[in-house]
Amino acid sequence: MKNIAKFQSLIALFILCVLISFLSDKFLTVNNGWNVLRQISVNIVISVGMTLVVLTAGIDLSVGSILAISGAVTAGLLKNGIAIPSLNLFIGFSLLGAILAGLIVGSLSGFFSGFTITRFKIPPFVATLAMLTIARGLTMLYTEGFPISELGENFAFFGTGWLLGIPVPVWISGLVILVAVLMTQKTRLGRYIYAIGGNENAARLSGININQVKIFVYSVAGMLAAVGGILVTSRLDSAQPNAGISYELDAIAAVVIGGTSLSGGRGTIMGTVLGAVIIGVLNNGLVLLDVSPFWQQVVKGLVILVAVIIDKQNSKQD
Amino acid sequence: MILQVQNITKRFSGVAALENVNLAFAKGKVTAVLGENGAGKSTLMKILSGVYPDYEGQIIYKNQSVHFANTKDAQNVGIAIIHQELNLIPYLSIQENIFLGRELTNSWGVLDKKAMLAKTSELLNTLKLSLNPETLVADLKIGQQQIIEIAKALLLDSEVIIMDEPTSAISDSEVEVLFSIINDLLNAGKSIIYISHKLDELRKIAHNYVILRDGKSIDSGELKDMTHDELIAKMVGREIKMMQRNVPDFSENNLLKVENLSLKSTQKNKDSILKDINFHLKKGEILGICGLMGAGRTELFETLFGLHPQNIEGKISINGSDCKFKKPSDAINAGLAFVTEDRKHEGLVLGMSVRENLSITTLKDLQKGFFVDEKAEVNLTADYIKTLNIKTSSQEQFVKNLSGGNQQKIVIAKWLATKPQILLLDEPTRGVDIGAKNEIYKTIVQLADEGLGIIVVSSELPEIMLLADRILVMAEGKITAEMRKEEATEDKILKAAII
Repeated sequence: MKNIAKFQSLIALFILCVLISFLSDKFLTVNNGWNVLRQISVNIVISVGMTLVVLTAGIDLSVGSILAISGAVTAGLLKNGIAIPSLNLFIGFSLLGAILAGLIVGSLSGFFSGFTITRFKIPPFVATLAMLTIARGLTMLYTEGFPISELGENFAFFGTGWLLGIPVPVWISGLVILVAVLMTQKTRLGRYIYAIGGNENAARLSGININQVKIFVYSVAGMLAAVGGILVTSRLDSAQPNAGISYELDAIAAVVIGGTSLSGGRGTIMGTVLGAVIIGVLNNGLVLLDVSPFWQQVVKGLVILVAVIIDKQNSKQD
Repeated sequence: MILQVQNITKRFSGVAALENVNLAFAKGKVTAVLGENGAGKSTLMKILSGVYPDYEGQIIYKNQSVHFANTKDAQNVGIAIIHQELNLIPYLSIQENIFLGRELTNSWGVLDKKAMLAKTSELLNTLKLSLNPETLVADLKIGQQQIIEIAKALLLDSEVIIMDEPTSAISDSEVEVLFSIINDLLNAGKSIIYISHKLDELRKIAHNYVILRDGKSIDSGELKDMTHDELIAKMVGREIKMMQRNVPDFSENNLLKVENLSLKSTQKNKDSILKDINFHLKKGEILGICGLMGAGRTELFETLFGLHPQNIEGKISINGSDCKFKKPSDAINAGLAFVTEDRKHEGLVLGMSVRENLSITTLKDLQKGFFVDEKAEVNLTADYIKTLNIKTSSQEQFVKNLSGGNQQKIVIAKWLATKPQILLLDEPTRGVDIGAKNEIYKTIVQLADEGLGIIVVSSELPEIMLLADRILVMAEGKITAEMRKEEATEDKILKAAII
């Protein structure tokens, strides 16, 4: 009985697919399939991080900006390295070095949010709202408002390449999903995340270091936003200063459609993945059907509402 | 008879919570509703107060058949309920809570704050609670909040007032206040339906009783005709014998020693919460701590458990070595376990399963590589379900679906799993039915026999006098008396508690 909710989203996804494939003969093609998966892999990666944060009853509004700063730093280091003319110093970055630097920037941004939330008891909404503008501003400063482009074929591999017949971004998001599912379902840390969201007081009194766990989830969310940033930058072969704007909303939408409670303690990674796939398929279908992008937004909003209403009904019966 | 219940049956998804219940409540009397948790008392009260509109059978109120679609219906004819779980809004003031949904307005339609404040002050006066009506409810102790709930019902001027465990969280002096209020209400012709597990207390206030067991009405009559044991036998359907403990001879060294412990208030210019506390605890000893609401008992536990690391002075030592706990996990590692007063907010993660709640304190020891060793976890849970006789359909059952007694046992179990040396129990049987209560008592005594040092804080004097080998009395943050079990009387304790 518990799994009915999961099946409901699966069934909804299935019906959605059948419906679109009747309306458009381009939908059910291998090409389009990979295309959809490649497109949603960025949202999946970000949403997984968002799920961890939301499970602790938090929220992270800054992931879109962190995506931008991490992508920009990776692209900038790769292309220009660090040059300090006054010292006559130049540090060049290898591909992996630049990517690592991007991931570190993302993790540190998340860490900073987590630190302000736990140390100064700032509500996550406010702390990450601040980070949203801070990281966006830093992106603008770093890029001086211009895209950083032409990053080389090796770098393009991450966003556009194929490995064993599967697009690389799909491999990456798959790996992220696997680790996150194991972490949430099988490890102590995962249990603590659920416990903190379910009842923070009880968790604290049980000897759980609440602050550590919270800082961890925001850091991970930041790091996964950076992964998203690297994927986006690689695919476009360009770091855009305004990349990732409003991506946090898509991530929250996936989390919510996936049945994770915004008040914490309840939800799964696979639910979120399903939520992201539903959004992706819907977007793709509406594009194929030539529906105006304005209508697409309306439809997405309605889907979120319906998903949450169904979820509420389910949890009432529980 | 002001209120009668005829052939009431109420089912939840097919399972009958009440079956053909027939009861009558006399006008101008206090009728005690007795029964174990899960007997159906709360369900019945929710039907009487309009919370559950769907049921079979009928309610006769003042000789007329009535049906309440919601609580407002019930309130309008004059039936009010004071729930066991407090229904107050923390960040509104006392006055705003009392008048919530019944605000007074002047002829412009603007809130008449002056009139409401005056009325609130008046109500607080009748309840002998000296508080500013503009105090936020969040700043009140649970006991004081309970009294605010009573004030709400008084404002309604109800004819029948249902009180669901009104004294479960309040101190003895507050109970006295409540009883004098109840007597005033009776003199004014009101009728009270009073649910409580505390038989001693019922004897002081109730005239009649009705007993529910497993959703059925078992017996009713006048309380003075019944002995304690007869009542309990009817409630549980079996005899319960209290076990007696032979107080052992404590010659060993101190397990816990607290010297000159003080806890400063975090608010400026406020008196210290704990002042110069000195006591010790031996291995295998049960130490009881009595005191009124606000005496500092819970704060003492919190301080021992590392929850107030900044503001303490003095020395805490366990087995002779100094302890400076910065956080609960330090205290846990040193062998302390803390069964908190409020299991729903501090003890359990209600949306998690029995297994997940039980293992949460010991997941570190249940590690297998990167992952939680699920087999070991299941075994641990099965062990404690068996030893503490926890009634649950499975390990995967959400704890929110269990009765209060079984929830409390899970809180105790999760702490026993840490293999503590010292067990701090804050109101261990609050809101727990008599059957489970006795099981918890037995467990406490057994644990002490096994060598644990146990400190019990309780507002129920009989509970302390039954369990404790030695009793400390606290008042206003200080220890005001210490006595051995043999010398303790309710009188002595109360005198020390009221300073």
